Amino acid sequence: MQSPPMADPLPASSGASPPAPATSEAEAAAGPAAPPGPGAEPLLRMQGISKSFFGVPVLQDVDFDLRRGEVHAVLGENGAGKSTLMKILSGAYHPDAGTIQLDGVQVTFGHPRDAQRTGISIIYQEFNLLPERTVAQNIFLGREPLRGPLVDEGAMERDTAALIAQVDPKGVIRPDQLVKRLSLAQQQTVEIAKALSFDARVLVMDEPTAALSPHEVAALFERVRFLRKQGLGIIYISHRLREIFELAQRVTVLKDGRRVTTLDVEGSTTGQLVRLMVGRELEHYFPAHATPAELGDVRLRVRDGSVTNRLTGIDLEVRAGEIVGIGGLAGSGRTGLAQALFGVRPFNGGSVEVDGKPVRIGGPRTAVRRSMGFLTEDRKAEGLVLTLSVQDNSLLALRGLGRLLRGRPPVPISVHDLVRGVDLRAASLEQEVRYLSGGNQQKVVLAKWLAVRSRVLIFDEPTRGIDVGAKAGIHELMRELARQGAAILMISSELPELIGMSDRIVVMRNGSIAGELPASATEAQVMFVATGEKETAAAA
Amino acid sequence: MSAAASEPAMAAGSAPTVVDLPVRERLWRSLRSAGPIFLVLAALIVAIYAKQPHYNFVSMLKSGAPLAILAAGQLFVIVSGEVDLSVGSLITVTVSLAASIIKGDPGLMLATMGILVLLGLGVGLINGVVTTRLGVPSFVTTLGMLLILVGAIGYITGGSPIGNLTDNFRVFGRESFNGVPIIGQLPFSVVILAVVAGLTWWLMHRTNYGRQLFAVGGNARAAELAGVNVAVVRTIAFVLSALAAVLAGILLGGFAGVSAQVGKGFEFQAITAVVIGGGVLGGGRGSVATAIAGALTLQALFVLLNVLGQPQPIRDTVQGLIVIGAVAYASYRLRRSR
Amino acid sequence: MTAPGVPAPRPFARLERTARGLLSANAAPVFVVLIVIYAVASLMLSRTGQGIDVSSVLVRSVGLGIVAAGQTLVILAGSIDLSVAFLISVSATYASFIMQGDPTKQVLGVGVVVVIGLLVGLVNGLVITKLHVNAFIATLGMGFILSGVLNASFNDFAGAVPPEFQDAVAYGSIGGVATPILLLLLVFTLVWVLLRFTPLGHHIYAVGGSAETARLSGVRSDRTVIAAHVLCSLAAVIAGLFIVARIRAGAPWIGPDSHYDLESIAAVVVGGTALSGGRGGVWGTLAGVVILAILDSIFNSLQLNEFLQNVARGVIIIGAVGIYAYRERRVLR
Repeated sequence: MQSPPMADPLPASSGASPPAPATSEAEAAAGPAAPPGPGAEPLLRMQGISKSFFGVPVLQDVDFDLRRGEVHAVLGENGAGKSTLMKILSGAYHPDAGTIQLDGVQVTFGHPRDAQRTGISIIYQEFNLLPERTVAQNIFLGREPLRGPLVDEGAMERDTAALIAQVDPKGVIRPDQLVKRLSLAQQQTVEIAKALSFDARVLVMDEPTAALSPHEVAALFERVRFLRKQGLGIIYISHRLREIFELAQRVTVLKDGRRVTTLDVEGSTTGQLVRLMVGRELEHYFPAHATPAELGDVRLRVRDGSVTNRLTGIDLEVRAGEIVGIGGLAGSGRTGLAQALFGVRPFNGGSVEVDGKPVRIGGPRTAVRRSMGFLTEDRKAEGLVLTLSVQDNSLLALRGLGRLLRGRPPVPISVHDLVRGVDLRAASLEQEVRYLSGGNQQKVVLAKWLAVRSRVLIFDEPTRGIDVGAKAGIHELMRELARQGAAILMISSELPELIGMSDRIVVMRNGSIAGELPASATEAQVMFVATGEKETAAAA
Repeated sequence: MSAAASEPAMAAGSAPTVVDLPVRERLWRSLRSAGPIFLVLAALIVAIYAKQPHYNFVSMLKSGAPLAILAAGQLFVIVSGEVDLSVGSLITVTVSLAASIIKGDPGLMLATMGILVLLGLGVGLINGVVTTRLGVPSFVTTLGMLLILVGAIGYITGGSPIGNLTDNFRVFGRESFNGVPIIGQLPFSVVILAVVAGLTWWLMHRTNYGRQLFAVGGNARAAELAGVNVAVVRTIAFVLSALAAVLAGILLGGFAGVSAQVGKGFEFQAITAVVIGGGVLGGGRGSVATAIAGALTLQALFVLLNVLGQPQPIRDTVQGLIVIGAVAYASYRLRRSR
Repeated sequence: MTAPGVPAPRPFARLERTARGLLSANAAPVFVVLIVIYAVASLMLSRTGQGIDVSSVLVRSVGLGIVAAGQTLVILAGSIDLSVAFLISVSATYASFIMQGDPTKQVLGVGVVVVIGLLVGLVNGLVITKLHVNAFIATLGMGFILSGVLNASFNDFAGAVPPEFQDAVAYGSIGGVATPILLLLLVFTLVWVLLRFTPLGHHIYAVGGSAETARLSGVRSDRTVIAAHVLCSLAAVIAGLFIVARIRAGAPWIGPDSHYDLESIAAVVVGGTALSGGRGGVWGTLAGVVILAILDSIFNSLQLNEFLQNVARGVIIIGAVGIYAYRERRVLR
């Protein structure tokens, strides 16, 4: 987002061009695969959709169509308008302008309920399940089958069992289980079963693979292909280009709230899609790895660290100047390790040393005093106080260390220097951080730790939810901090990032360290260690 | 606010990363965000003056001082994301306990004051520790404390307060500095309110503690992960609220006298004052100036209704309408700015 | 409750469902507390040669119980109602004022206060959902409004309900069971059926669990919250009618003086329902009410200082919720 304006190589992506030529261009490019002949009325047609929030246009004159039996991917950076478009389709927002046609009939939705009744079903990125309710109660929430005035629980559980069998024949999910007792992958199965229970004609999947292991992803894709053969139209939102090539027939690229183009997936290339999405060729070079001369003494050392039922036998060393990547599947204990180090759920076995001195970190306060910093995965819930200003957030850790009745932070500090150091773009120091973009929010979190001169920094998914353009900035900052002597631990699910950034990669599996790889490792090697399976490694 | 609108412009951004707002702009913003309550207060004062030009506004300040002090204390708890329902009964306990200790002996005044302060510290500490360490919602903790205090003082005094307060105890709520230019009399309670206002303003808006308080109320999890001692910050808020209640009780004992009803309903009035002064239940927003203005607005409202000859119960109805209206307006503004 | 001949997913599934409905796992500890308190009370009283008179404990619980059943609905929906105490006064006072001891005016009196209750609940719900006013403030404000109107209209006991009304509601018995107890059980059973077996009940849990999830699932969250408030106000009106039937005439102070607002909330949370909504159940609330009533009974029978009773209440309320919070934390670990 912050990229300086560049000469735009593609006429199609110039945002100001009217949408009509873009469509014809796209369809010309689509070639034989997409004959919009008579009678081939698309299943869904959204035309001229516009939406503003408080005067800020989020979507401008966007056209989109979906055919039966097609997976249509929607691609775009964060803030491009994908989610807003889907929320309009689901009835959660009302468009300011534009029309939606389903099977050639114009529809308007006043409430998500209306969209569901016409057969539009959405699986949101954050699961929409109630942990305290059963699987059946969740699936039929809002349209419980009735027997007289009462809910027919028998029918509800029977239908649930049938739906789940359809989605996951080998599964072990019972209709009367509480959702809070299910794993993430099982919860997603429930989400899909729920989406199908609407007799969906249009199914929208928003980043469905974010929390899944490769096995589960493969199973999910099988289900998506099956549904496509049943004649459903599927809208698939993802950042992961590889998935789009594997699954989708067409792809629509959004940028800054406008549709750039719609293409057939066959015949297009990754580079082309990224260019369309970002508006420039994305040649993301990671900063250079640390040279041996840049590595200092061991800053952080863990010996045989363990947390009951979570982590066992953790041996880990991070040197000053070094970035150590932590790889592994979701649930392998990566975040648990970060939380143990930072005292959120402390180690109850083994020893930890910082700068050669044994320390016992029983809580975040101790960790901060031992000059550690933790950039959590979920910035909004754990990293920032959204109602406070840039300045107050930047100084929060420092004030936490200071005496309560002192007016000023315990050490003299220039917030200006601090935010300049992380290259923050904000309207003013008084701006509330909730108005900042994801990348700038992450920079505020980083500034908070720089203010207390943290020497051991733990980054959990440092660029999750951050635009492609802003990622490079965060990566540069991380390397620069390492060069200045910080020891950095970085958890990442994105293999290119893990490999591109790390000087060493530690891979976790089932709560312990499964192996260590050098900076030159390949994605396949990482997956091999992470899963412990050769087949998966080959497939990846 | 224009902040949301400014983001695209900022995203297109160029060289300067962050600029400081000019002082005038900052002043204007804080005035705009605090504005409405002062306008309402001013309007009420004008209305009272129009109806009764000789009304003594100093006496309004004097009788409004206990509620204003109580609101300043409650504000800390509300900003921290909690609520304190025990302050009304603590006021009753303060007055009744003082009367039963002092029993008309002026020599016991200082000792009584000391005991009362210890009482406030103890009640606040228990509220804070039970809420933060045992994880009991503060609504439940302070409700339980309310019952405990009512029961305990009833047990001690046998139902109706015994003993009486001495003049040297009542002087704080009752007496004034005389011969002050322009206004003539300056009640001690007004001076005490001014001191409390200054201290709480400094603590909330000018110290590390204050900034941490807002952080805890805005996002306790993030504050904790930043190394803020959330339990301590919140417990201090409960202690401040309890101390404010004790102080309010001392003033009320001065000019209202001893009764088992003296603190009744004050918890909800204090919350009302904070909320019409822009504090948000749930935490993270509020200010000392507007909370005190909220309390004085309530007081001015009661005076106006009195001046207009409305029966006492109408106070309640108007108070109810005002608190709902104020919060509806505030939440409308908050939604619009998002 | 479900159709016969339905192939159940597992044997006894239907039985299990019903059992789960009756005793939600979350509320289990409150029944343990209830049994312990009952045992301790029996032991203490047996020394004085008395036992616990279960039926008198229940009768004592009726007024509070009915309000608390309604309060359970709003708390489960993630809301709260502080206006119930004044609404009880409104209900009791207007009912006796309208009836004036005339048996032919019973229907009129009941009808008028029921309509008032529906209106109050509707306004509470609308202010919370449409004007986005925090439920605490909205219902606190409604309480102030009702209090003002009521105190401006009445300053003493007003009118009287006819003896027929008193007999039917508060002093009669059907099949040897006192009508107050039947009334109490009827209200709780209705609320339980509502929560467990009707779409509205399912939606109340959903909205209290997560309003956004409920909305995206097609639940009309606003209507659900409004309905919960209307039902809660209705419960307060019924409680008011019961109380006036006991004491013959209503007065403005009868609701607030017994702290029905805070006590009903206390009974709900002691019964294991989460103050944040979405978790709990109405039988827990009944247990909470009975616990508080047994406490009264002990203090009365042993003629202990009535003020210490409040202290004990405070301790039990904090203690019970502290135990739930501790269990919740332990499960998370």
